[in-house]
Amino acid sequence: MTSRNLAYLSNYAIYSAMVLYTIAFFAHAIEVSFSVRDTATENKTSFDFSRTERSGRIGTAMMILGFLFLFAGVILRGASAHRVPWGNMYEFSITGALAFSGAYLFALFKYKLRWLGLPVSIAVLLTLGTAITVLYRPSAPLVPALKSTWLAIHVSAAIISGGVFLLANTIAATYLILDRMEERGGRNEWAKKLPSLEALDQLSYRLVAFVFPLWTFAVIAGAIWAESAWGRYWGWDPKETWAFITWVAYAAYLHARVTAGWRGRKAAWLCLFAGSTFLFNYIYVNIWGTGRHTYSGL
Amino acid sequence: MRTALILLLMLGLASIPGSLFPQRNQNPMKVRDFVTANPTLSHWLDKIGIFDVYSSAWFSAIYILLFISLIGCVLPRTFEHLKAIGKKPPLTPKYLDRMEGFSELDRSTDGALDAAEKWLKKKRFRVRREELSISAEKGYSRETGNLLFHLSLIMILFAVAAGGLFGSKGEAILNVGDHFINTPTSYDNITFAKFQKEGDMVPFSLRILDFKATYDVTTSAPTDYTLKVAAANPIGSKEVLKTIKVNSPLTYGSTKVYLQANGYSPVVAVRDKSGKLVFEGPVTFLPQDGNLTSIGAIKLPDMSPQIGMVASFLPTADRSPKRGAFSAFPEVLDPRLLVSVWMGNLGLDNGTPQSVYRVDTSKMQRIGLKALSLGQIYDFGEGTLTFEGYKSWVNLQIVDDPGKMYALVGAILAILGLLTSLFTRQRRIWIKIEGRVQIAGLAKNGIPGLDEELSSLKKALEE
Repeated sequence: MTSRNLAYLSNYAIYSAMVLYTIAFFAHAIEVSFSVRDTATENKTSFDFSRTERSGRIGTAMMILGFLFLFAGVILRGASAHRVPWGNMYEFSITGALAFSGAYLFALFKYKLRWLGLPVSIAVLLTLGTAITVLYRPSAPLVPALKSTWLAIHVSAAIISGGVFLLANTIAATYLILDRMEERGGRNEWAKKLPSLEALDQLSYRLVAFVFPLWTFAVIAGAIWAESAWGRYWGWDPKETWAFITWVAYAAYLHARVTAGWRGRKAAWLCLFAGSTFLFNYIYVNIWGTGRHTYSGL
Repeated sequence: MRTALILLLMLGLASIPGSLFPQRNQNPMKVRDFVTANPTLSHWLDKIGIFDVYSSAWFSAIYILLFISLIGCVLPRTFEHLKAIGKKPPLTPKYLDRMEGFSELDRSTDGALDAAEKWLKKKRFRVRREELSISAEKGYSRETGNLLFHLSLIMILFAVAAGGLFGSKGEAILNVGDHFINTPTSYDNITFAKFQKEGDMVPFSLRILDFKATYDVTTSAPTDYTLKVAAANPIGSKEVLKTIKVNSPLTYGSTKVYLQANGYSPVVAVRDKSGKLVFEGPVTFLPQDGNLTSIGAIKLPDMSPQIGMVASFLPTADRSPKRGAFSAFPEVLDPRLLVSVWMGNLGLDNGTPQSVYRVDTSKMQRIGLKALSLGQIYDFGEGTLTFEGYKSWVNLQIVDDPGKMYALVGAILAILGLLTSLFTRQRRIWIKIEGRVQIAGLAKNGIPGLDEELSSLKKALEE
C-alpha cells in the first residue's frame, strides 16, 4: 500500500474514533443526566439505575473501541511516513489523546472510575477535533534534527507522562468540585455514585507519583538528545524551561504530600497548577513560542 | 528541607521570564528587534537582566542558595542514614492497640514469637527480638533512594557549574574544500569559560570533503544532511574519513564537532577595466528562507573607486509578478546570481565593524543591475564579474564541555534513586505477648498494602 493510502486510512481511523468517542460522550452524559433530572425534584425517589447502568456500559465499550481506532490511526500515520508518528503537532496531539484515553482505560481497569468517562471523552474529542481541523498537516518525512532514536524514547515518555498528568488533573478537579458540593450541604444525587473524597485524593497522588519518574526520564532523555543534536544538553530553550517548571511543580507537589503532609484541597490545587504548566508548555510554547522545539508544523 | 523546596520553586518561577522575553545567548537578533520596538521599557528590563535571565545575578543567587541548602539538608541526613543501617529497629511501643491494623490472634502464645520471627525473616524484614515482643522493619531503601536522588541532584548542579567554568564553545563557517585547524584564530567566534586555558584545545584538523543535503520534493523540507570530512588528530597525523550528521557529531573526548547550519557560497571572479583579476573565490551567502534564497555582499575595497555588490543567490530560480525573483527549491537546479553594483565609498575605514553580508550603500551610487546564470560574465563598466560556480558551506559548532559526563551520570543515578524511593514501601510490624498474641503495624506516609501484609502474617500464625 502506498504512503498516501496509509495516510488516508489513518485519517479514516481518526474520524471513526471521533464518532465512537462522541457516542461514548452521549452515553456517559445520559448516565449522569438521568440521575440529575431525578434529583431536581426532591420528592421523586425512584431512580432507574439499571437504565443508566446500561448506558454507562455502552460508554465504556465505546471508549475501548475508540481507543483501538485511535491506536490504529496513530500507527497508520507512522507507517505512512515510515517513522514514529511524532513529527508535528497534529501527530503529537493524536498520540497525546491516545495516551490520555489509554491512561483512563488503564485506571478504569484498576479502580472504579467509569464516571470519569464524561470529562475524558470531552477532552479527547476536543483534542482530536482541534488536531484534525487546525493542526492537520500532510504526512511527510522528518527533518534531519528529528532523525534519531531519541525521538521514539523522548517523545513517547513525554506523551505518556502528559496523558497521566492530565488524568490526575481531571481527578483533582473532580475532587475540588465534589469538595465544594459537600461543603454546601452534600452531594447531588448523581455525584453520590462517585468515589469518596479520600479515594480521589489518593488516586491523583498515586498517578503523579507513578509517572513522575517517567517525566524525569523524559526531560533527561531530551537533554541527552539535545546534546547530540544541538551541542548542549541544557540551553533554557522555552520548551526546556517549561519542562523544568513542570518538573519543579510536581516535585513540590510530591514533597508537599510526603513531607509536609498536604492533603485534600490544597494538594488538589497544587496538582492542577502543575498540570497547567504542562498544558501551557504544550500549547503556548509549541504554537507561539520561539526556540528550537518548533516542530508544530504550523 | 522547606528552604530547599522554596528555593526550587523560586528557581522555577525565576526561569519563566526567560521563556517569554527573547534571550541574548539564544537569539541576539530578536533582542535587538525587541529593544528597537520598546526602547524605554527595554532600558529598565535590561537593567534587571531580563534579556540574560540565566546568567543574571538574581538567577545565579537562587541557584547557588539552592545548592548550599540542598547540601546542608542532604549531607546530615546521609550520615544519619549510614549510621542507622547497622542498627536494629526501634523498640516495640508500649500499647499496640493504638497502632494501625491492631488485632489479637486466635492461637496460643507458645512459640508465637518464633513463628513470627521466621515469617518476618523470610520476608526480609529486619527483626529485633525482645523477651515478649518483636519489632520488625522493612523498606530502608526508601530513604537510601531518596538520598541518592538528592545527592545526584547536587552532582548535576556541580556538573552544570563545571561546564560554566571550564570548556569552550565556538563556531566556524567553512566552504567545501576548506581546511580547518582547531586553534582560536580559525574560528569565526569562540568563547572560553573562566578557567579554561586557550592552549588546551584538542589539536585536530578537518578538511571539508563533501556536503550533501537532500530535500522533500513536495514540501522543500530537508530530509538529510551529510558532511564528509578528513580528520587528523593530532594535526599532521594520518587523516581519517569521518561523517558528521545532525544527530551524530564528531567526538574527541569532551570536545564535539556539530553540524549546525548550511548554505551556499557562489564562486565569483572580479576583474578591473584592464582585465586584471581583483578577486576570485567563494563568498558565503546567508540563507533567508526554506528554499535557500540567500543574500550576501561582494566588497572590493581595493578597486578605485571602491565597488560593492549587493547580491542574492537563488539555487532554483523562479519568478512571480508578486515576489519578483525567488528560489523555488533548496537544491541547485537552475542557479542565478542577482547583483546590484554600487560605486563609491564602502565605509570600511572608519573603524565600525560591518556585516560581511551587507553593503553600506549610504555613500555609494548604483551603477548596474543584473541576473547572471552559471558561467555568465557581466560587464558593469568599472570591470567584469564572472559567476563561476557555487560551493556549499557548513557552520560547525565546536563545543568542549568537560562537565557533561558528570551531569549524565548524575541524571542516571537520580532516576534510579527516584524509582527506589517512590516504589519502596517502608513499614513496621510488631508482635507482642500481652496475655494473648497481639500484632500491629505502621506504614510510612500511609502507603497502602500494610493491611494485606498484616492479615497474611495473621493467617500464617493462626494456622
